[in-house]
Amino acid sequence: MLKKFKDTLAADGFQAFLMLLPYATLFSLFIAIPVAVAIGLSMTHFNVIQTPDFAGLSNYVRILTQDEIFMKYILPNTFKYSLIVGPGGYILSFMFAWMLAQIQSGPRKYLTLILYLPSMLGGVFIAVIWRTIFAGDKGGYINAMLLEWNVIQTPIQFLISPDYLMNIMIIVALWSAMGIGFLAMLAGILNVPEELYEAAYIDGIKNKFQELIYITIPSMKPQMLFGAVMAIVGAFSTGYMGVALSGANPTPEYSGQLIYNHIEDFGFQRYEMGYAAAISVILLLIIWFLSRVSYKLFGEKD
Amino acid sequence: MAKFHGTKINPDRFSTGQIKFYLILLPVAIFMILPVIYVVNQAFKPIDELLLFPPRFLVQKPTADNFSDLWRTASTTGVPMTRYLFNSILVTILTVVLTIMITVSSAYVLSKKKLKANKVLLGINQAALMFVPIAVIIPRYFVITTTGMNDTMWAHIIPLLAMPVGLFLVKQFVDQVPDALIEAARIEGANDFKILTKIIMPLTKPAIATVAILTFQVVWNYTESSSLYISNETLKTFAFYLGSLTARAQGNAVAGIGMAAAASLILFIPNLIIFIIMQSNVMDTMGHSGIK
Repeated sequence: MLKKFKDTLAADGFQAFLMLLPYATLFSLFIAIPVAVAIGLSMTHFNVIQTPDFAGLSNYVRILTQDEIFMKYILPNTFKYSLIVGPGGYILSFMFAWMLAQIQSGPRKYLTLILYLPSMLGGVFIAVIWRTIFAGDKGGYINAMLLEWNVIQTPIQFLISPDYLMNIMIIVALWSAMGIGFLAMLAGILNVPEELYEAAYIDGIKNKFQELIYITIPSMKPQMLFGAVMAIVGAFSTGYMGVALSGANPTPEYSGQLIYNHIEDFGFQRYEMGYAAAISVILLLIIWFLSRVSYKLFGEKD
Repeated sequence: MAKFHGTKINPDRFSTGQIKFYLILLPVAIFMILPVIYVVNQAFKPIDELLLFPPRFLVQKPTADNFSDLWRTASTTGVPMTRYLFNSILVTILTVVLTIMITVSSAYVLSKKKLKANKVLLGINQAALMFVPIAVIIPRYFVITTTGMNDTMWAHIIPLLAMPVGLFLVKQFVDQVPDALIEAARIEGANDFKILTKIIMPLTKPAIATVAILTFQVVWNYTESSSLYISNETLKTFAFYLGSLTARAQGNAVAGIGMAAAASLILFIPNLIIFIIMQSNVMDTMGHSGIK
């Protein structure tokens, strides 16, 4: 009897293993192993043709001490871009989600769809639209409007001018920031039980703002955390934006150069794979650190 | 007790208190949708309207010229546009179907089988939610060349199949399926495959629809695989083709602008339709998306 039970359990375990196998294999191949390889490669010099030779931490030392472009452009750009797009996009997502929850479900459905719309468009589509809107000749919409109203006399080269490129990137990124984190937070707000609000009003809260601080946010912390992680990932995944908009890597005077473009520059244009891998590792560390911060803020303490 | 009349979340009817929210939401919605309306208009503009100065936002005499131009145009290497479109459709269908199968079966194991490793595996997957694929674009390239996947259709598909967000969402949903239901099926003699197809999949439809949508949005718009892993032009995808079309339009070919808009529209419409069909499923799933 016991043996038979053990057999079924073992068979069960084996089946479970088989069902888990495809995901586990693919996860290892395309997520876990690449991260491990990135860490390994980052400690080598590797030009794709010769076998990699061990370089210790020299790539990291070079990034931090000798890579002028990294220190002067990439790092400040990445911080500016991701600090505005990450938390900014997150706060906007939450505010819009909260406002949508205050109106009836009919109009809400359409407005949600419209707000979510830009985030379902891929990078190519985004580049097509915004490149024509900000086009640098008088045929570009913004230029045409400014010329019409006599704000400017000659068209501005928005996309190849270092003064504008970064700001345009931020506008475009915020435009497409209401993604699945936004949907999650909207669902989270709508799922807060109404009794909680009733009880809170009896206990003396008075207005929507107090409602938000004392009831809504504390009741949907798990969704807030999910939204935060998605916002961080979103901010760092749109690294192609500057290159897509300006049509050049490096972007004009490195004005729109983000850490991802630097990886591509060294990896696929100069074939310095070890060095590019070290930059990747730094990027992963930044993302990891920011996620820890989100977990600290919104995670449920147990 | 008096009826609860605090300001109400998710109201049933309109009240004047809601006006202030509309005053903010409507302009935002207009800002969000204008670029899309712009592309739609651009795609149907005849050439003289595309050249017009000052440019007019709305199309006056709509024409399908841009679409028929696009249909006839071959890329610089002589591959017809329909080939890219076919590749995209094939790759998208395969990726979505395979992702669903892989995701649901592992979500079932992680949620319902009491394996010792489950907690660790879920922890790893949750950590991978913050994974940004572009960060490891180089090692991925090596994985793909080592496995011999480059220059085959599989290079579009296989790297996208393991999707941590998808597994996370489906697993949260499978957690809601009562254990008793699975026990009962097991006593009736159902094996895991039966349980998966007859119980888990029907009961987790919203989550599966969500995974389908998320996968679709990634794979349908994906260009990296075409530009990095594939050199054979006949195996590249439509999104990539659109990218190369706009790169050429950058010169001065006005016809290119109209064609790029038409191609954008073709790329965009399926996204929209699928999301509209599944919107309520997605919202349902997102209610369970919290990270505890």
